[in-house]
Parts: sequence; C-alpha cells; structure tokens
Amino acid sequence: MNSAKTAAAPPVPGQIEPLAVETPFQRFVSDFSESKLAVACFFAVVAIILLAIFAPLIAPTDPYNLALVTVADKTLAPGMVMQDGTTTLLGTDGSGRDLLSSIIYGLRISLTVGIGSAIVALAIGVVVGLVAAYAGGRIDNIIMRIVDMQLSFPAILIALVLLVTLGKGADKTLIALIVVQWAYYARTVRASAMVERRKEYVESAHCLSLSRTRILLKHLLPNVLAPIIVVGTVQTAHAISLEATLSFLGLGMEQTEPSLGSLISNGFEYIHSGHYWISVYPGVALLLTIVSINIVGDRLRDVLNPRLSK
Amino acid sequence: MTSATPPLIEARAVTKRFEKRLDLAAKAARLLGADLEDEIVHAVDAVDLQVFPGEVVGLVGESGCGKSTIGRMIAGILPPSDGEIAFDGKAMTAMSGQEKRAAALAVQMIFQDPFASLNPRMRVEEIIGEAPLVHGYVDRAGLAAYVDEIMLKVGLDPALKRRYPHQFSGGQRQRIGIARALAVKPRFLVCDEAIAALDVSIQAQVINLFMDLREEFDLTYLFISHDLSVVEHISDRIVIMYLGRVVESAPTEALFAAPKHPYTQALLAEAPRLDQRSRDFLPIKGEIPSPLHPPSGCHFHPRCPHAMEKCSAVRPMLRPQGDRWQAACHLLD
Repeated sequence: MNSAKTAAAPPVPGQIEPLAVETPFQRFVSDFSESKLAVACFFAVVAIILLAIFAPLIAPTDPYNLALVTVADKTLAPGMVMQDGTTTLLGTDGSGRDLLSSIIYGLRISLTVGIGSAIVALAIGVVVGLVAAYAGGRIDNIIMRIVDMQLSFPAILIALVLLVTLGKGADKTLIALIVVQWAYYARTVRASAMVERRKEYVESAHCLSLSRTRILLKHLLPNVLAPIIVVGTVQTAHAISLEATLSFLGLGMEQTEPSLGSLISNGFEYIHSGHYWISVYPGVALLLTIVSINIVGDRLRDVLNPRLSK
Repeated sequence: MTSATPPLIEARAVTKRFEKRLDLAAKAARLLGADLEDEIVHAVDAVDLQVFPGEVVGLVGESGCGKSTIGRMIAGILPPSDGEIAFDGKAMTAMSGQEKRAAALAVQMIFQDPFASLNPRMRVEEIIGEAPLVHGYVDRAGLAAYVDEIMLKVGLDPALKRRYPHQFSGGQRQRIGIARALAVKPRFLVCDEAIAALDVSIQAQVINLFMDLREEFDLTYLFISHDLSVVEHISDRIVIMYLGRVVESAPTEALFAAPKHPYTQALLAEAPRLDQRSRDFLPIKGEIPSPLHPPSGCHFHPRCPHAMEKCSAVRPMLRPQGDRWQAACHLLD
C-alpha cells in the first residue's frame, strides 16, 4: 500500500518536461510510410496530378489546336518524327494528334471529373449521413431507404440512363458521377457516426449544452473522418474508371475534349490494323492512375483502422 | 430531510421506457402467427429522488437496475418518458431558454469510461476550454489562464494541455473529465461509476479529489455505483435501487447499522468485510429478473426470503420509516 501513497502525491507543475507532442497526424505519417509501395504510389499519384495541372507546359504539342494537327501525321508509330519536327514518343492517333500530349490532356479531364465528382459526392454524403445518424428515427429511415434503393442499381446503369437523358459533356458526366456516388459516402458516414454518437464524449457535449451544429461538426465529424478518407480515395479511382467506361461507350466526354476513356475508344478501331499504341498507351495511363490511387487507399485503410494494425 | 431547504435536484415520479417497436417485416411476421411484440423496457419506474444542497448521495444497485439511466436523466442527457426533473425547486420543463441552460450547465456528469468520455481528436485545452468559451464564461484572451487554473485544481500539470487524451493514463483522463465539468462552474455533479474503471490505488486519489472539490466549490454529488464499500465512505445518504425502483433510502451510518428492506439486508450481509473474512458468502438466490418482464407486485418478491402473498400482487410504495429514512416493503407497513 506504500506505492498508493507515493502515487497520491499531486503532480508538481513544471516538473514534467513538456514532451514533444506527437500529433495524430505525425503518427499517421510514420505509420503510412511503413509500406514502401504505398509511399511510391502516393508520389505517383502526386506526379500524375501535377502532370494534369501543368499539362500545357509539359505536353510536347497541343492536341486541341486544330491548326497544328495534320492528317499527314496519321497513325505514326512511337519514335517517328512528325511534320513539325517533334518526335512522337508514343505515336500518333488516327487524326494525327500526338498520343503523349493527348494522354496528358486526357488525364486532366479524367482527374477533374473523377476527383471533382468524388469531392462533391463526399460533401453531400457526409451531410446526409451525419444527419441520418444524429436525427435517427423516421428521418434516418427515409434517408437510408433512398440510399438502399440507389445502391441496389448498378452504378454504370444509373450513369448510362442519366447521360442518355442529359446528353454528353464534362458537366453532365460530373453530375451523373455525383448521383451514383453520394450514397456510398452517406452509408459509410452513417455507420461510423452511429457508433460514435453513443460514446460518452458526445453525451458529455450534450451535458455541456453545446449546440447541435457544434456537436455534429466539432465532435462527430472529426471522428468519422478516417473511414471517409479511405472510401473517398477508393471511390475517386472508381469514378475515374467509371468515367472512362462511359466515354469508351461514347456517352461521357465530347470528342473535342477526349478523356482517357475516349482515347482508348478512338484507338479501338485501329487495334486490328496493327496500330496498337493508340489504344494501349492511354489504357496503361488509366491503369497506372487507378492502381496507384487504390494502393494509397488500401494503405490508408490499414493505417486508419486500428483493428487491422498489428 | 426535514429541513426547510428545498432539494437542489429532485426527480418527481420519473419514468424511462426504452421502446423497441416492431418494424414492418416483424409486423408482417406477427400477422402470420410469429410470437412477436413491441419490446418495452421500464428502465426506471416512477422514481422519486431528492438531493439536498451540500449532500453526497450514493445511488447503489446491481447492473441493469436503472441507476445510470436516472443519472443521465438528471444530467439532462436523456429526457424522461414521464415525470419531471426539478432543479432548485423548479421543473426543468417549466423553465425559459436562458434559465434552462443555466440549470443544465449547473448539473454536470462524470462518466465511467475515461477512454470513451474524451473526444480523441481534441487537445486537452480544447476539451476543457470549449464549453466555457462557447457559453461566455471566459473570453478568448483569458481562456489559457482559465484552463491552467482548472487543470491545477484537479491536479493536472498545465504544461500537458497541448496533449491529446491518448497520451494520458486512466487516472489522468478521469481528472481531465472532471476538469471539463468544473469548467462550467457546476453546482451538482452526477458521478456515474466514476472510479469503477480505475486501478484501486488511483480510485482513492480520485475520491479524495472529489471530496476536496466538494469543499472548495460547494458541490453536491450523486454518486452512482454498484459497489457499496466505495459509496459507504463518501456518502451522507444512500439510495438503493432494484430493477428500476428505489427500495430504500437512508443516512449511510444508520443504513449500514440496521437496513430495513430485505434486499438491502441481503446486499449488506454479502459485502466482503475484513472482520468476517472466514465466513462463506451466500449469493442472493436467483438472478436479477429481466426488466422486459419484471415480476408483479414487489419486483424483489421472487428472491425475497420473507415474501408473502401480498408481495406478488401489490407494489409496495416508498414510505417514511423514521428520520430521513424511506423504504418500500410490505413487511414494514
């Protein structure tokens, strides 16, 4: 019982050195970096995003400038020299556009639509999911039945129907992708918010007479963020591939602003005539993008879910 | 209590029902002959409870008897299904917005689980400082000093205020929880098993802290516990609950000397004591019944050694049994 007595002494201020405070973010970074593959993929994703942002500066030619594109450059193999003197690294397509440039510009459109739709869908899903979990009862029931209905249809089917109705174009594709995605976020957010809202720190916030908005935004939201980040990453990759699918089917982007999917589709008719590069290289670019994002997402899931960590 | 002071907190015939209604599928199943019905748990069944200013009341009962539910209703976290909670003699429901907020802040709760009761994404200074800042007890300029002061009061080093809850031990976290409650200058603290999750050596420290704070801030406590021995040392009065009802309420020493209700007698007889270490302990016979289908009449009659015919038919009411003493048993009528 001696130890109890010594332990009972109150801590003297200033005696404990203010240790370097390890924020949750620092812990997260060191956990994440344990997987070299994930770190590599993270940098790949960053590189791809930078490539898309600075496309006009990086791309060797401007594939949208019809004055510069000539049919004389039609289906040149990789490594050949174009009319204007530039070497085409990945070949040219059926209209004589440099493929590397088209891919970089296509990446720009694919990423904008993919990430943009994911962000908007996430915002909608988070709000809807939090409200459902916090309000409970009838509101929760109505919202979640709508989510169930939405999720019971294949995403591609809903997107196809929407695009047939709305027409082609980047804005319409964006809307279609938001409509098919928000429900995933709503369900994920609701599930984790249901767990969190029963915890005692939320009861304590009630007891301290904090406003509902404050409890939702400052107490619940930060604690349901981890699974949202994971779902958000994986859903972004999903949105990019969905957009590619839609464009491949000729429904997503206009021909004048081709995304990676449209590029693959354009090259499809040439694949049997030996001009494989027109389809294959955009396909490789799409694959690398999606795989990198997915691996980063998987690693996030491992790091942010304590039950999976060793 | 016979004195003229009104109770600081009063539960008037407070009832809490938890209802699980049948959903559509279950209703359909019932139409087809399935044995299903709405599940209604009477967690708290018409309980009257008074706590007077300056008092420390221990609320004791087996797990599942509704003691935490009462605590949460008093702290304003759960709304009662029936009955009302009164603060300073005035029903909470009858108060205006301003008054209600003041009363709500005056009653704070200390939770059992020091891990779940602190928001893991907030620094200690935010946890303690959020509510006083929001409610205007302190302005942004004075916040840091205010938080420091409260941390010192509960025995925490203010140098640690930039840390997160996971960087503290269980005892320290409980102190943070106490500091968070103290920061809104409460008059009444509901401590729900506040030390049950702590090591025995730490329990004593935290209890001492509660008692020091009581003197310094003139606090009144409702101490909820399943453990009579903890409550015995700190309470002026003890209230015993069984399956959603109060069965006995008496000053601590008198209760321990001569309990009147058979359930209290059984509880006290089986509490381990140093002077009786060689005897065998007999558990109270039977299990605590399900609150879904509580026994008729007196809830305790299936387990009571003195049960009479009347006990299974009529609910015994809580009646005065002498000075500050109440019990609900047909034997005492």
